[in-house]
Amino acid sequence: MTVKNHDLSHLAPSKLHNVLLLLSIPMVIISLYLVFIWSPVERVMGPVQKIFYFHVASAWNAFFAFFIVFIFSLLYIVTKKRSFDLIAGVSGEIGVVFTAIVLTTGPIWARSAWNTWWTWEPRLTTTLILFFMYVAYIMVRNLDMAWQKRARLAAVFGIIGFANVPIVYMSIRWWESNLHPVVVSEGTETGGGLDPGMLVTLIFTVMTLTLVYIVLLQKGLYVEKLNLYVQSMKAKKREKMIS
Amino acid sequence: MLRTLLKPALVIAWKDLSMEWRTKQTLSAMLIFSGLVIVTFSFAFDPSNQAVQALVPGMIWVMTIFSGVIGLNRSFMAEQQHDNIHGLMAAPVDPASIYLGKCLANFVFVLIVQLISIPLLFILFDFHVVDYMGLGYLLIIISLGTFGFIAVGTLLAALVAHATSSEILLPVLLFPLVMPVVIAGVQATRIVLIGQEGTQDVLSWLQLIAAYDVIFFAAGFLLFDYVLEV
Repeated sequence: MTVKNHDLSHLAPSKLHNVLLLLSIPMVIISLYLVFIWSPVERVMGPVQKIFYFHVASAWNAFFAFFIVFIFSLLYIVTKKRSFDLIAGVSGEIGVVFTAIVLTTGPIWARSAWNTWWTWEPRLTTTLILFFMYVAYIMVRNLDMAWQKRARLAAVFGIIGFANVPIVYMSIRWWESNLHPVVVSEGTETGGGLDPGMLVTLIFTVMTLTLVYIVLLQKGLYVEKLNLYVQSMKAKKREKMIS
Repeated sequence: MLRTLLKPALVIAWKDLSMEWRTKQTLSAMLIFSGLVIVTFSFAFDPSNQAVQALVPGMIWVMTIFSGVIGLNRSFMAEQQHDNIHGLMAAPVDPASIYLGKCLANFVFVLIVQLISIPLLFILFDFHVVDYMGLGYLLIIISLGTFGFIAVGTLLAALVAHATSSEILLPVLLFPLVMPVVIAGVQATRIVLIGQEGTQDVLSWLQLIAAYDVIFFAAGFLLFDYVLEV
């Protein structure tokens, strides 16, 4: 990597990032308003139901983030470009955070909706396994070795991990259907039965959190780039001191 | 094509097996481990209790996976110790055949362990195997399921072999990935051994295991090259 000494402008966030960041602030405020004040209170579950907006939005973003990991892992394997590896890594980390949000908000909601914290229902089990898999992915990324090698290993794991997701989902679905029909998942997927106000809020929250994901991804990339720059500077200084 | 791929694979598998035959290190560790699993289970659940029979399918797979991880961990460790891995990589063979050979050797190890420990489990838990038909199904389920586990495990064992803490890392990476095989294996074994469901359900679980085997064996075949490269 060639770095000019005092020109750090390539490390500064781009204009697009600043615009998105500024845009995300009012969007988060508006979605909070929509969720807590504007949207109607659910008749049966009451205010607890409002956690559902964040839950669904985080879930969608977690899956999206892991999809990005898969795509950029493939791209890295083919092209060997470092930026692709960085994108996959940052996306994996954000995905784990979103999955953690899903796995904490889910039980809170389930407690009042189904009167239990957790059931071994396909969607829940898959999400939990997904969480473990991408925590492992982060562990692979933290292996102590040269970055090319680490990136390649992480890419391999990212690919086979994502290939595993549909199989896990299918296997767990079959397993449940053998014992008793899948009833409980109905609550989260009856989009048609939602009140229009709720639907608008849901769509808006999903959009907001997707924007937050994009902003976080960019932020993470800038942090990684700064990190690399600092490391290269350190290496240079060390060389100077030795010679 | 098949010859150039298969022959080095058989040589590598043979090398691993004959090395194991001389030292018997890995196999004895795996056997002792699966024996300990049985002992632990016998303390946890009273073997004379009829209800415990429902746990036998799960125990079979717990033994397979836990002892399998020991074997997988050692499979590339031996290569690392004397830097054999570079020799393997420098040898004029396709990386895919290294994968194939390692898979075969690990598969045989786990099968040997199962061949000893599963009958032992049946005897100690006083479990009556149903009939020859069920026994045949059991053999197919166990060998297919073990193969899927080994196909993923060998790839991941090679992946973590370079890390300093690979013994800890391998189970963490492997267990979430082999979840489908474990679920399908346990369910199919349960149906064969104690279930009231017909063979139709066993076949649908077997299909899942077979699909998993094919997908991950192909993935290992294609991706092993990237795992080995230094």
